[in-house]
Amino acid sequence: MNSTNPTNPINSTWTRWKRERESQIRSLKLTVYTLSRSPLSVIGFCFVLVFLVIALIGPWIITYPGDIKGAIHMDQKLRPPSPSHPFGTDEVGRDIYSRVIIGTGLSLQIGLIIIFVAMGIGVPLGIIAGYFGGWVNEFIMRITDIFLSIPGLLLALAIVGALGPGIKNAMLALSIVWWPGYVRLVQGKTLSLREESFVEAAKSIGASKLRIVFNHILPNCTSPIIVKASMDMGMAILFAANLGFIGVGAQPPIPEWGAMISTGRNYLPDHWWMATFPGLAILITVLGFNLLGDGLRDVLDPQSRI
Amino acid sequence: MKRYILKRLLSIAITLIGLSIVVFAVSRIAPGDPAKLAAGPDATEEMVQVIRKEFRLDQPLVIQYVSYMRGLLKGNFGRSIRTRHQVWEDIKLFLPATFELVFVSISFAIIFGILFGVLSAVYRDTWIDHSARFFSVTGVAIPMFWLGIMLQLLLAARFHLFPIGGRLDTMINSPISITRFFLVDGLITGNWVVFKNALSHIILPAFVLSFPALASITRINRAEMLEVLHKDFVLNEKAQGISERLIIAKYALKNALIPTLTMIGLRYGWMLGGTILVETVFDWPGIGYYAVAAAVYSDFQPVMAVTVILGLNFMLANLLVDMGYGFLDPRVRYE
Repeated sequence: MNSTNPTNPINSTWTRWKRERESQIRSLKLTVYTLSRSPLSVIGFCFVLVFLVIALIGPWIITYPGDIKGAIHMDQKLRPPSPSHPFGTDEVGRDIYSRVIIGTGLSLQIGLIIIFVAMGIGVPLGIIAGYFGGWVNEFIMRITDIFLSIPGLLLALAIVGALGPGIKNAMLALSIVWWPGYVRLVQGKTLSLREESFVEAAKSIGASKLRIVFNHILPNCTSPIIVKASMDMGMAILFAANLGFIGVGAQPPIPEWGAMISTGRNYLPDHWWMATFPGLAILITVLGFNLLGDGLRDVLDPQSRI
Repeated sequence: MKRYILKRLLSIAITLIGLSIVVFAVSRIAPGDPAKLAAGPDATEEMVQVIRKEFRLDQPLVIQYVSYMRGLLKGNFGRSIRTRHQVWEDIKLFLPATFELVFVSISFAIIFGILFGVLSAVYRDTWIDHSARFFSVTGVAIPMFWLGIMLQLLLAARFHLFPIGGRLDTMINSPISITRFFLVDGLITGNWVVFKNALSHIILPAFVLSFPALASITRINRAEMLEVLHKDFVLNEKAQGISERLIIAKYALKNALIPTLTMIGLRYGWMLGGTILVETVFDWPGIGYYAVAAAVYSDFQPVMAVTVILGLNFMLANLLVDMGYGFLDPRVRYE
């Protein structure tokens, strides 16, 4: 009832805002509707939602907070799953459930940092290469190609090998591995946008280069960037776990999933739960982001295929 | 065509130089002093100096790079600072194992990926299609090393269907080395014991390594087949009475294979990176395993060498993929 009352100042700003953004709201509604029609996207969305919720409320739902920092209870070690330890305990008696839960928040951080650093490097370079063309384009794309010519995990291993093992260095290495993908994406998109009539029109009425880039090129690049970021989020988490597993990423006792599996591997086959549960967590997380990214791509960026 | 290949090879050479600069730069951003690391914690200052001279770490970076590059051209990858072995000698030892694994994996992924893709498209919305799609979605999300561990746990440790790891049982002598691929060597020398043993060792790691590639090849081939099967030329062929089977297996598939080929090239690169994980899980004595062992100790020359070699391999594979387009589609012209 109040929402239609024009005398209420808060509501009138709200309605004005709604009116100004009408087209955006409509396209958002369409996105949500189309996504909800695809069962796989809904599953992906749910997985991602669960992942985010656990990452955020993790510290309040764990049962053994001390176990995150490397507490030792030798009397409890290597217990199989039970009501008090749903995922069992590890080699020094830490609760694996608590560690997997806290690992969720850690993975979220890892993924976000890698993607944002990669975007921060890749998007500007892609726009510069695509918009200015010529030797600038040639130079940037050559360097990008060099980075893309090395299998990503191998380059990350080489970088971490040089910097020394550790979670920060692993994130840095993966960011260095990840940015070329964004350059490729944005450069291609910018190249085609540059020829569009609305960019030509803006140019002819004397808009500055910066204005064209920020008002015309960048907004039109957001959809593919969002799709790629969603797909990459899962992959970045997976790669960080890969590095943790081979021993150059997060170091024990940090509750990172890959590192936990690496330790758990030494206690196979008798103590299967140590490696199993962190692996399932990775699988569900990566699957969620992939499915969501897939669904988003079908809606936001239907032309691209791979 | 010849001109095109030459041009591509030249471009590969340029990228390779860039790659060696990147790798070299990476190896020199290390915060620690590699000479000190190699000398050990109790080394005296003189010992560190000797090592620094020996590995030319006392010279300016550009000179170091030039001498590194000069070595590379002669196939000399320098020496490991930890084991003092010639890196190239080590690589020669480990490389065949990796390539054997990668060849088996990529062949498996291509053959079954295309097969599942076609079946899934032809039997659309049946249980075949649903299971192929489920598999193609989960396959890329599953952590390779974890899948390997789980399979070891189930199939090797519990049911003893496969050995846990390695290339051959310790009791069995390596075959006479001709190609240095145990499967091939066992076969051509008629050494069935070796062949069978090598086969049982390679199945699990190759399956794990091929898993993400298999999933994405299945997926893209299904999507392409579905699209191609609705094209007019397929309808035309049906009208002419060409058998369904021939249409699918020959005319439709050939058209669907072009995007699939792109995916195969892409996934091959991932697979080369994946050897690091799979070889670690299965104690497979390849260069991925070798690179990890070196990286953990900040022993740089081996990691650089492996990066350059696998990078080169990836570039050549991409060239092969690009030439494959022309084979599949005669309209493709090379300039």
